[in-house]
Amino acid sequence: MAQVEIRNVSKSFGDVKVVDNVNIFIKEGEFLVLLGPSGCGKTTLLRMIAGLEDITSGEIWIGGKVVNNTSPKERNIAMVFQSYALYPHMSVFENIQFPLKNQRMNKEKIREKVEWAAGMFGIEKLLNRKPRQLSGGERQRVAIARAMVRSPNVFLLDEPLSNLDAKLRASAREELQQFQEKVGITTIYVTHDQIEAMGLGDHIAVMSKGKVHQIGTPKEVYNNPADTFVASFMGSPPMNLIEKDDSILGFRPENFVPIDMLNADEGIETLEFFVTWFEDLGSDSLVYGNVKFQSSSSQKHVVSRLQSRANIKIEKGKTYTFAIKRQDLRFFDVKTGYKKNAH
Amino acid sequence: MGKLKKIYSKSFLGLSAFFFILFSTFPFYWMLIATFKRDHDLFSPNNNPFLFNEPATIKHLSELLFNTLFLKYMFNTFWVGTVVVVITLIIAVPAAYCLSRWSGKTGENLGIGIFLTYLVPPTLLFIPLSRIISFFGLHESLGALILIYPTFTIPFCTWLLMGFFKSIPKDIEEQAMIDGCSRLGAMIKIIFPLSISGILTVIVFTFTLTMHEFIYALSFISVSAHKTISVGVPTELVRGDVFRWGPLMAGALIPSIPVAILYTFFLDRFISGFTMGAVK
Ligand SMILES: Nc1ncnc2c1ncn2[C@@H]1O[C@H](COP(=O)(O)OP(=O)(O)OP(=O)(O)O)[C@@H](O)[C@H]1O
Ligand SMILES: [Mg+2]
Repeated sequence: MAQVEIRNVSKSFGDVKVVDNVNIFIKEGEFLVLLGPSGCGKTTLLRMIAGLEDITSGEIWIGGKVVNNTSPKERNIAMVFQSYALYPHMSVFENIQFPLKNQRMNKEKIREKVEWAAGMFGIEKLLNRKPRQLSGGERQRVAIARAMVRSPNVFLLDEPLSNLDAKLRASAREELQQFQEKVGITTIYVTHDQIEAMGLGDHIAVMSKGKVHQIGTPKEVYNNPADTFVASFMGSPPMNLIEKDDSILGFRPENFVPIDMLNADEGIETLEFFVTWFEDLGSDSLVYGNVKFQSSSSQKHVVSRLQSRANIKIEKGKTYTFAIKRQDLRFFDVKTGYKKNAH
Repeated sequence: MGKLKKIYSKSFLGLSAFFFILFSTFPFYWMLIATFKRDHDLFSPNNNPFLFNEPATIKHLSELLFNTLFLKYMFNTFWVGTVVVVITLIIAVPAAYCLSRWSGKTGENLGIGIFLTYLVPPTLLFIPLSRIISFFGLHESLGALILIYPTFTIPFCTWLLMGFFKSIPKDIEEQAMIDGCSRLGAMIKIIFPLSISGILTVIVFTFTLTMHEFIYALSFISVSAHKTISVGVPTELVRGDVFRWGPLMAGALIPSIPVAILYTFFLDRFISGFTMGAVK
């Protein structure tokens, strides 16, 4: 158990800067989700924390000590690789016991721990199999169990649930979170799935192209994105961003609704919405279309998310008056993309 | 139509297999009958050469074993082979490991460079090498062969093992380091067990290579007691133009049996070893 500090950390491969001046502070026992699109440097950052990759510049602190030159072994970190990295010549049991054996734990205790970990992830029947006899999802669970049997300073999880089906993923997510809460070990969880990120972490760090754009609670990141990247990355569909005068206007699809659903006293902004496409997703429906501003002649494509039970009749090819509460509007700088303070 | 085609292709397969078996087992058969045939049976032009026309004899075999230094040759070969295998492993395994983990193209290019030295023919090398041998005072001793054989087994085996090590994902090794191993520990606990077929391939290959090496053995050793099989059998059992076919064939047959068994036994692994090295 330890706090982790990443101070001005950068990593370059040759001329390419893959991680660019990252600063993250992770409290003891915190669950941090590292979120970002593919190739943004998440794995590289994780590998630097684990000690598998040299740090080009900056410092990483674990438990109050600089670990820049400490071997992975001494950092006492458990990691689940994106590729699972199971030992192919060992059975599932041997795989899970491997880190414990390296700690010279006694045999009985090892057996107990392995069975406990296997039980937790539903792989107790597979203990005698070899990794090649397992499905992708089973392998992934073995890899997680192998990390969880230890009591490390930090857990590093690199997209550990990517290969599970939706149902299993949800239950594994729950298991993982409850487990983490119980043992209280600092955890860094990498994912490119923003829905997973919203559901899991105490804090989310959103990365793009090697830079951290925002760190905050899921709510903060979702409701108050720090810039247009975060705004367009979080949420599905993401925040509508339309240029208006010298700012970019942002609003969530679920806040963009027919005018009669809102109370005009609250302060609203109205827009004429020409509907081009309509999608019924069951509980919600997505309405795609264009809006036009009085000030400019160009049309902007936006999406609205309506709850199906609101029972609103919308047809393609017609224009409706939609509105957004002022408090749900966000403004970003046109040039930098950074959030501006509300008007 | 489809059925007929199937029969054709099956009989073609069977036929080619038959000829191939004939082709590869015939030398063994020939050595075997020549070993146990009486001299008269062997040399008489009226006899069917493929069969025993007279009762078999073990005279040639006992002559080879007890009247020549054959057992000594066997021992020399085995001794040289074993030592060379050990030297090769000690050097080629760490070398191949380092080269395979070298980032970028450097490791691979170096590996290919090392492999190229294997292709320089011994007929070119034995003259300069003989100066080295005499410098070390190793003429006429098995030490000469033990010193020289690794010069071609190490390059080839390093290259071969590089392929094996490369096929082991780096992640697994790094995972071992995360799980509490040092780099050396990860190598011993994870990399070695996973490349065991590569290491076996190297052992088999090195051993057979030293066993049938001829040029160096011929040029550096002329004392009978220090000869290996590959030189001892043809030089000691052929006197002038007199070929003592019985013992000669027996001398060829005996060492080929363990090699044949070894290859049959390890063939799958051997082939996978070669192809693994070939595919990047
Ligand atoms: N060893 C390396 N040498 C050169 N470039 C590398 C190396 N490792 C990673 N990169 C590059 O660094 C960038 C970030 O890679 P990284 O694996 O950290 O991405 P990621 O965020 O984990 O992506 P994903 O979600 O797809 O796993 C990529 O553009 C990748 O090509
Ligand atoms: Mg990754």
